[in-house]
Amino acid sequence: MIEGILIGLTTALTFQNILMVMVGCFFGTIIGMLPGLGPMTAIALMIPITYGFDPATGLILMAGVYYGAVFGGSTSSILLNAPGVPGTVATSFDGYPMAQQGKAGKALAIAAWSSFAGGTLSAIYLLFMAPSLSKVSLSFRSPDYFALMILGLTAIAAFSSKGQFLKAMMMVVLGLMLASVGQDSLSDITRFTFDNMNLTDGISFVLVVMATFAMSEALTIILKRNDPTSAAKQVSLTELGSIRINKEERTKMYKTIPRSSIIGFLIGVLPGAGATIASFLAYGMERNVVSDEEKEKFGKGSVNGLSAPETANNAACSGSFVPMLTLGIPGSGTTAVMLGALLGFGVQPGPRLYMTNPEIFWSIIMSMYIGMVILLILNLPLIPYIARILAVPKNYLIPLILFFSVTGIYVMSFNNFDIYLMIGIAVVATFLRLYDFPMPPLILAFVLGGLMEENLRRSLLLSNGSWEFLWDRTLTACILATTVIIVLWHIYKTFSKKIKI
Amino acid sequence: MNINTTKIISLLFFIFSSFYLYTAYQIQVFAFDENAPFNARTFPIYLGYAGLFFSGLKLILPDPNTIKVDHKNLEYKKTGILILIAIIYGATILKVGYFLTTSLFLFASYYFLGERRWILMFLLSFPFVAAFMYLLHGILDIYLRDPFLQSIGVMG
Repeated sequence: MIEGILIGLTTALTFQNILMVMVGCFFGTIIGMLPGLGPMTAIALMIPITYGFDPATGLILMAGVYYGAVFGGSTSSILLNAPGVPGTVATSFDGYPMAQQGKAGKALAIAAWSSFAGGTLSAIYLLFMAPSLSKVSLSFRSPDYFALMILGLTAIAAFSSKGQFLKAMMMVVLGLMLASVGQDSLSDITRFTFDNMNLTDGISFVLVVMATFAMSEALTIILKRNDPTSAAKQVSLTELGSIRINKEERTKMYKTIPRSSIIGFLIGVLPGAGATIASFLAYGMERNVVSDEEKEKFGKGSVNGLSAPETANNAACSGSFVPMLTLGIPGSGTTAVMLGALLGFGVQPGPRLYMTNPEIFWSIIMSMYIGMVILLILNLPLIPYIARILAVPKNYLIPLILFFSVTGIYVMSFNNFDIYLMIGIAVVATFLRLYDFPMPPLILAFVLGGLMEENLRRSLLLSNGSWEFLWDRTLTACILATTVIIVLWHIYKTFSKKIKI
Repeated sequence: MNINTTKIISLLFFIFSSFYLYTAYQIQVFAFDENAPFNARTFPIYLGYAGLFFSGLKLILPDPNTIKVDHKNLEYKKTGILILIAIIYGATILKVGYFLTTSLFLFASYYFLGERRWILMFLLSFPFVAAFMYLLHGILDIYLRDPFLQSIGVMG
């Protein structure tokens, strides 16, 4: 492990990679502050830039964007009660009241330190957990992988659907259907190409990400007459006040941060969960463990109430890397985009990544520490200045997003068909978004489609076409049982809500 | 059953899944693979049935959380124009080249979205694209095809 850490440090501490972490964190903070534009869009827009880098540098840049977006989201939550990303909704519960009391600077400082501590602690957990999990996951067989993918897809559908589980499952199926276009990986038989040569290699992952996130978000903003930059314009005008945290507040944070980081990390590791659920759970748990006197302050500007979700959402970001790096199965939409980008580099994440590409594995973990330090420097003194950059009118922002999307596809294929296909998918995605059909399940399904078919093929061939492989191994059965529990819990939740109504 | 747009989308998805399933059954596999436990059409067939199952459920089950979209407040005109500009951009980029089409695309998009600060519009189109091209092509060594710049000798 020591050798790996040194390899990671050597890679992460090169001038180019430090620069990439800085650029990623900066860009992510800006996008994260804009309500409506989340980390997935930010990462998708970065994909064309990463074509010119080696895989480690590309992934370091994307990871930096991810933390930056979550960090940036907390700023608009605190100052404007307008969370930039869903993972920072719980931050606004106590952050915004604190800002209204004239303690915006203090709230930002608490959020920044909590995020820093949460991110750093979870990077340490990741450091110790990932190699051990990689070794364990070497014993995974095809049926286990197939079951894990079913679990991941069901979980992301359950957690990202806002009570619309069936809609999310339809998006999962659509993602898998899109992934099935092109040549079959084993027999080379073409499927669903309708004699169009452009579809023989399948639909590009970058195309689907750009269309369903970057481009369709830009179109949605215009269609709904939203102005994501209006919030940023107000940030620059806000009086922040002192950023000093006193001894009493520090003592409260010392207790909150360790427990919230553990919750955040563990929730992040679970497939489909992520920063949003982690921050809400940490907030709820913190409320239950503090004294009655402190409990009264929750929702009115509590230090614990602000520190807990901020610690947890950053810890969850690092946690979500665990399934991607160790199993090759992303746990969230954001890590699915990163997995797709890694596959584009020709790197197959999974248990063997730790051995075959230690520089990628370790440099990502090491860059997390560097990223956290950079974010702390960015968020504490520079927020008002960053906010001023954000006051770019949407008339400029939207064409620039479209420009990055088209460029991403153009430099990849030099093909008109791909651009038309992207526009077509973006129009459909924009329409589906209007009716609350979630996009992250579609992306995760699209990324996992090929792997899922391969593992199902292997499992069925080994069991002579029998579906007994689903319960032959205890591990497979346990994973599937967890999937069933998630589905049943979701059905119960939906029906209990209806009964209450 | 209450008919709303979500139900119509589900019905469209149901029809799409039926078509997908039909096409999946038409996939030609090798003769020796025909009766294999798994061949090129197995997974798509399962997907087709899954699509029918979930969209069918969505169609049948009541929908208490009906999403109401106020179409009067939606900006269809500007969105449509933007999509049209993007299509023209896609149609011309290969023949005319990256620099000119991208710059014109940005300039036209700013204009149709209501921007009228000409100098800023110019700066954020032509020089911006040139700088971005230099970043991709010159620094990051990512090949950019541009017949126009090649014809005037700016690009090798």
